[in-house]
Amino acid sequence: MTYIAMATGFLLILIGFYGVLTNRNLLRMIVAFTIANSGINVVIIAIGYMHGRTAPILDATVSAADALTRIIDPVPQVLVLTAIVIGVGVTALMLVFAYKLYERKGTLDIAKFTELKW
Amino acid sequence: MIKRFLALALLAGIGVIFVALMMSYVPDANLNLTARYYAENTASETGSANIVTAILVTYRGLDTLGEVTVLFLASSIIGLVLSLGNKQNKTLRKLVPVGELLTTGKSYLAPIIMLLGVYVFVNGHLTPGGGFQGGAIIASGMLLLLLSDPLKHFSHALISVVESMSGFVYVSLGVLGIVLTGSFLDNRILPLGDFGDLISAGAIPLIYSLIGLKVGAEFSSMLANLSEMEDLQ
Repeated sequence: MTYIAMATGFLLILIGFYGVLTNRNLLRMIVAFTIANSGINVVIIAIGYMHGRTAPILDATVSAADALTRIIDPVPQVLVLTAIVIGVGVTALMLVFAYKLYERKGTLDIAKFTELKW
Repeated sequence: MIKRFLALALLAGIGVIFVALMMSYVPDANLNLTARYYAENTASETGSANIVTAILVTYRGLDTLGEVTVLFLASSIIGLVLSLGNKQNKTLRKLVPVGELLTTGKSYLAPIIMLLGVYVFVNGHLTPGGGFQGGAIIASGMLLLLLSDPLKHFSHALISVVESMSGFVYVSLGVLGIVLTGSFLDNRILPLGDFGDLISAGAIPLIYSLIGLKVGAEFSSMLANLSEMEDLQ
């Protein structure tokens, strides 16, 4: 289970990087970045997973006393919760910059933006 | 062609690193030292049933404050960038009429979605959920309203009042923690209550609700800004 989730995450990262490297359209690159971002999140969650254990929430089935042997590592989940929210902000910023670039040049082709090229 | 080949070669290199990482990965049999501390002490120290919430709001509360600040900066920059040089051609474009299904559906669904968002962040210390998730759900209700009426203008003043007031009270609660218990964002400024009750875990439900309002307002302002720039094409 851990390996399936981790392999999926790594595969998503590679798909995202492939999309970023081969696409020339800014919007497609942004979508590819979000795919890679999701892949990284899946990998972090997979690292925190421990076989046969349950979510780090204490209730009637998992009491505070046996939490030590019943719950998975909560720290990666906290990190990913943070990463998802920041990911939304970063994606929104990228979309706005893409819009501004389109407004200026009338194109989304990354090869047409040559100001920083030497 | 050569560029595609280079990209594939780079990806193959990264892929080899990933495979090596995965082959050498051995899942832990026991919780590590940090996780062990949280598993043993969260219930008695914070009274929160959801350990993830306890870490996010109390143990690493300062980081969460930073995260909310990053989100605030992102939404402010979006507003700033979009308002630059957007004064010309203020003609509204013709819009395709939205369907009957969407207009009728939104009046039933939008309030329920908002209520679900509030439920999720109020129960953040008991169930899987919390301020960030609840805020995102509230913003998705806003998105539904925008989809059904693309020319709708949300009150930016109201959004910014909700956003800044919840941020202000959040920091004030943190400072109150320094005064009363000696540590920033300590949840024990309020009584811990009975474990598992809605009103328990000290200040965690209060702080997480404020985070929910703040995140919801920030996402809504992003959506409103993006939608208004679309009106002016």
